[in-house]
Amino acid sequence: MDFFILMLAIPLVSGALLTVVGERDWAPNLNVVASLGTFLAAVGLTAEIVANGPRFAFGEQFFIDSLNVFFVSLTAFVGLTTSIFSGPYMRNERDRGRLSKPRLRLYKSMYQLFMFTMLAALTTNNLGILWVAMEAATLTTVLLVSLYRTPASLEAAWKYFILCGVGIAQALFGTVLLYFAAERVLGAAGNALLWTHLVDVKAQLEPTIMALSFIFLLVGYGTKVGLAPLHNWLPDAHAEGPTPVSAVLSGLLLNVALYAILRCKVLADGALPEGYAGQLMIGFGLFTLLVAAFFLSRQKDVKRMFAYSSIEHMGLITFAFGMGGPIANFAGLLHMTMHSLTKSAIFFAVGHATQKTDTQLMEQIRGLIRINPLIGWGLMLGTLAILGMPPFGVFASEFMILTHAMKHYPWAIPILLLALGVAFASIFGKVQPMVFGETTAKRLPHAPAITPVFLHLGLVLMLGLYIPPYLTRWFHEAARMLG
Amino acid sequence: MNAAIPLSAQLINLFAAVILLLAFAMLAQRRMLSLVNLFAAQGFCLFLATLTAAVTTGQSHLFYSAGLTLLLKVIALPWILYRLVRQLNIKGEVEALINIPTTMLVGIVLVMAAFNVALPISELSHTITRGTLGIALAVVMLAFLMMITRQKAISQVVGFLSMENGLFLAATSATYGMPMVVELGIALDVLVGMIILGVFFFQIRDQFDSLDIRHMEKLKDN
Repeated sequence: MDFFILMLAIPLVSGALLTVVGERDWAPNLNVVASLGTFLAAVGLTAEIVANGPRFAFGEQFFIDSLNVFFVSLTAFVGLTTSIFSGPYMRNERDRGRLSKPRLRLYKSMYQLFMFTMLAALTTNNLGILWVAMEAATLTTVLLVSLYRTPASLEAAWKYFILCGVGIAQALFGTVLLYFAAERVLGAAGNALLWTHLVDVKAQLEPTIMALSFIFLLVGYGTKVGLAPLHNWLPDAHAEGPTPVSAVLSGLLLNVALYAILRCKVLADGALPEGYAGQLMIGFGLFTLLVAAFFLSRQKDVKRMFAYSSIEHMGLITFAFGMGGPIANFAGLLHMTMHSLTKSAIFFAVGHATQKTDTQLMEQIRGLIRINPLIGWGLMLGTLAILGMPPFGVFASEFMILTHAMKHYPWAIPILLLALGVAFASIFGKVQPMVFGETTAKRLPHAPAITPVFLHLGLVLMLGLYIPPYLTRWFHEAARMLG
Repeated sequence: MNAAIPLSAQLINLFAAVILLLAFAMLAQRRMLSLVNLFAAQGFCLFLATLTAAVTTGQSHLFYSAGLTLLLKVIALPWILYRLVRQLNIKGEVEALINIPTTMLVGIVLVMAAFNVALPISELSHTITRGTLGIALAVVMLAFLMMITRQKAISQVVGFLSMENGLFLAATSATYGMPMVVELGIALDVLVGMIILGVFFFQIRDQFDSLDIRHMEKLKDN
């Protein structure tokens, strides 16, 4: 059986199945088993690509190379650990009376469909289908953000839908313009939106159209990445939705949207004068980084604060890819991996902490380390990792980005250091009393799933100390593809 | 000068111009049901424009695209919107954040900006419909303006759908439409999105007893 087809079929079929049987007691296990199947298929696919090189699927509609297979395995892995985490988390939510059985069914089936849309977006070769899958990813998560049906969660979901809808409409206009530019070279046949065809003729694409097209694509998909000034949906959606949803939104959806921009950047770089696309991304990246760092210091809600931290890191990654070149691209890819793993681990720990203390307000969460040392240490270590403390992997990637910037864009260094410093001070200052200090927490009926937290942090630690040679090769190859 | 433009191109330009006029009418319209009517009329003009392009060029996928527009934007979406307006019992005046004459003036500025942006690009196009690219961009901008200035959730959605109309007009005018599989995907997304919104509206109403988004401005950073 083809690993690729399995990987897309498992989440689609199990998503449909869970709409029917999602209220059974064993449904959470089905969710985990399906995610495990998807992950194993993704591992198989990765092994195949590493051994045999890029391949097509379904004619030329899907294309897997070393760049997107890296995102695919990351997505499938975080998808698996989040489903493990969400089992006990959602049972606790049900026992607390915040969620009914039909809503849990909705959660599980939409979770699988969300995984399907993201994997489809990552592997498609057709830039039109990429758009369709990105929009579908928004649609599957709107009802998840409003799962609690509280006024705040409805407002967050509404903002999410409208802002991302507007953003994605800009991206569609960009895609139309791209098709227009491509059609002049490739003709009206159906392959004028296929990335593999476009990349062959990228130097012949009309620069005037490509310039406008890339701006629309960057702003459009950038809305989903959380680039300022269109980032407002992100903190609300992360804070008001259930924590597993925050973990996958932050750890996965933002990456997938950024991946869409990267694919388009490769085309724009070929058609446009040197550095046009890159400078736009540098500008957006730095602006986002600054805005997020200063909003960070004003947050009171723990999930909101870490949502702003995601925006900050996305800004840093966009900046890295904007600089371009093998080293900066390598650092960007490494940072995306580290951010996904660390931020989802933090959200897992935060999820259990908020359940134990019944609040998301940081002032009222105290002494986590007393009630459950594992959660306390998980949150503390995760926070240190995301702030870029050595020996965690985030340090390695941030260090590479900073040294590269120092060499090529020295004027950006004060901005980067200021933003990272402000972020460090505000996050560490708030998490420290949450972990230590007098406790207010209570016991939970279902033991939390701690394994995913430490699994992620262990990986981040390992990658900070030692990156296996095959992974380095793989990163290098992907970085080279980005130009 | 007009003699040089073939009849079909003139027809398409006419329909595009009517779409633009309807976008202005939607900006000015205060009543919810009339707004849905205007949206359906806009969809119908888009259908006619696509059909004219299809007949002129004889490209089969444009016929499918026109059929899809008719089914989705003239029949299905307005029907869903009607049902929502009736079931949610939304009556009467839509309160705009900025008064109507000011909105119209801002709209005119937006249209001029859109034409200026589109000018260098439409010169590169070889389709008979290229003149309408500027109009398409203008429709997108006007729909955006409508979303910003309206306070009822449902009129924001009509603005969003009108933006989609503008994008389809852009696709038809610049390139004779996107590949079929992409258009089908977009149509599916819009339809599913509409159904999810329908569910969502009832959730909003149950929670706030109203569809006014002024109730939804609690989440702020401070």
